[in-house]
Amino acid sequence: MIDSSWLTEFPDMSRRDLLAIRQTLDGAYRTFSRAYGESIENFFNPLLHFLVWFENLLLQTPWWLVLAAIVGLVYAATRSWKLCAGVLASFLAIGYFGMWEDTMRTLSIITVCTILSICIGIPIGILMARSDRARSIITPLLDIMQTMPAFVYLIPVVMLLGIGRIPGVIAVVIYAIPPVIRLTNLGIRLVNKETLEAATAYGATPTQRLFGVQIPLAMPTIMAGINQTIMMALAMVVVASMIGVKGLGQPVLKSITNQYFTLGLLNGLAIVALAIIFDRVSQSYAKRAQKHLEGTENG
Amino acid sequence: MDNNRETLIEIEGLYQIFGPKAEDVLPKVKAGASKEEVLAETGHTIGLQDINLSVKRGEIFVIMGLSGSGKSTLIRHFNRLIDPTAGKIKVDGENIMELSPKDLITFRRHKMAMVFQHFGLMPHRCVLDNVGYGLLIKGEKRAEWKPKAVSWLETVGLAGYEDQYPSQLSGGQQQRVGLARALCTDAEILLMDEAFSALDPLIRSEMQEQLMELQENLQKTIIFITHDLDEALRLGDRIAVLKDGKLVQVGTPVDIVLKPADDYVRAFAKDVNRARALTVQTIMTPDTTQLKGTTAKDVRASFPQDKDHAFVFNNEVYQGVLTKQKLDQLQDDDLLSDALIHVEPVRRTNLLQKVIPLSLNTRFDLPVVNKKGELKGRLEASKLADVLSP
Repeated sequence: MIDSSWLTEFPDMSRRDLLAIRQTLDGAYRTFSRAYGESIENFFNPLLHFLVWFENLLLQTPWWLVLAAIVGLVYAATRSWKLCAGVLASFLAIGYFGMWEDTMRTLSIITVCTILSICIGIPIGILMARSDRARSIITPLLDIMQTMPAFVYLIPVVMLLGIGRIPGVIAVVIYAIPPVIRLTNLGIRLVNKETLEAATAYGATPTQRLFGVQIPLAMPTIMAGINQTIMMALAMVVVASMIGVKGLGQPVLKSITNQYFTLGLLNGLAIVALAIIFDRVSQSYAKRAQKHLEGTENG
Repeated sequence: MDNNRETLIEIEGLYQIFGPKAEDVLPKVKAGASKEEVLAETGHTIGLQDINLSVKRGEIFVIMGLSGSGKSTLIRHFNRLIDPTAGKIKVDGENIMELSPKDLITFRRHKMAMVFQHFGLMPHRCVLDNVGYGLLIKGEKRAEWKPKAVSWLETVGLAGYEDQYPSQLSGGQQQRVGLARALCTDAEILLMDEAFSALDPLIRSEMQEQLMELQENLQKTIIFITHDLDEALRLGDRIAVLKDGKLVQVGTPVDIVLKPADDYVRAFAKDVNRARALTVQTIMTPDTTQLKGTTAKDVRASFPQDKDHAFVFNNEVYQGVLTKQKLDQLQDDDLLSDALIHVEPVRRTNLLQKVIPLSLNTRFDLPVVNKKGELKGRLEASKLADVLSP
């Protein structure tokens, strides 16, 4: 008799074959991480040093000096006393509720992740804008990075580098970098064609076009991308705490396992406060820097 | 203008076909396949076909056509913003299709400047930096080109706007900045892509006037694109009419109006208000014969044989018209001033409508002078009548 069970059940791969595939892949990766784990770790060492240095700087400086520096930076970027007052109040509340140290740790890792994302993301975005082929390769990768559950790519990172700050940074950057890449690409592609043609017609070299026309005119869009990247990095703080990144994420994680509602809420609110501060400051800085670009779209 | 100027730009056998395999489609187009056939069979669009034209040094060459006729595509070939599928583009005898990328940049920096329909200004740079942009990217220091940029801004009537940003200016002012930017590079050739089309009618006619006044002093070679025949007739020394990517007619404004090559041009020319579209320049007879002096003796020898009247100048200033008849009645020592008939001089850039009443008021030719008052030619009433009768 002919076997017709495939009509009712999906003709899947045998369990043994699947196991074999898993074992081969896992084995291969394990061998790879044993062989290269250390050199990759060494490669990231300077980054780790910087991270530790920056974190210590924020933690060991007296709190009022850090606070003064932050408020000073906010004023320099936005020229708004209202925003400065808001920032001051939020940080005082955070400190009063005993979350100062965790907040400083989170602040340092977010800052490092954002700088890293910008340094890597903008050149990739430029590459995407200049070549359609690059765009067709990078776009699906970005889709994967944004939709793949964060826990899945935590696994190979942890296998390779163990738990700690560096794998945390890598996970956060992977999660947070797509917006800045996408919006850099979009911004450059949206630059007024005639303006670019004018630059070409007057004899601008490709480099002069990029730095003199395309990037300055794409800046509002790029800034929106950076803003999104910061927001996503903050959202990733709790997940990253699962692999040993210290900061506001860890108390949240602790609250989930022990059902401490108030502790969770307070730390959650601190993350929200950081997010709002980053968002408002970066947006109003962008707005101030791009003031004269307003209303240029009319013919 | 005079026809014996030397050729500056020459375009030979230019084809532009849009599509992924343009080279493969080219033989078919050269064999004479129509636009529709090519599109149906190969999916390629013909942008320009078999364009041959030459532009003379110092003339305003207008390329006119409706939207889709390929005029904006054509002007972008002059500085290779677009590369043709086939054909030669020669500037000053040099085939610019053979330039290396580096030489092409040098060529663009020194030979040509361009003015765009929507201005193409840099919104993140102030007006002064926009005007000096062509010099800035050559690597010249701001302090070196600043006085020049300021003086060009003054010339186009925007003194004091140096530190504004383009978004703070009106459309007309923005295009003046565009014009100043082009003039500031000292390029010999000016490409103007529908430069005045985005402006409202009053500003447009102001700008046309300004361009012609500037041209009188600068004598640049200007390629001007427009869809407006009135504008073409007003500005052009010669006009090329483009239809569906093909040149239909190349000629002087008077040729286009009076001797249209086919029904397409005729349809265009029919609706033109000739008195408002043509300038004195298009129908004047170039002639610089003038009588110089104050007494009859001074001018008797130089009076033209074939004319019954001539224009009298004294110390480079126009005095009036002297007839042969009057001169014959005068004694050698008689002053001319009593015998002169006052006839208003006109400018080359005047529209015909402005000179019609002047011409009707006198039975003599009108003297045509330039800004400095030098005689450039004569305007004959019969020519005026010819051009105005449909």
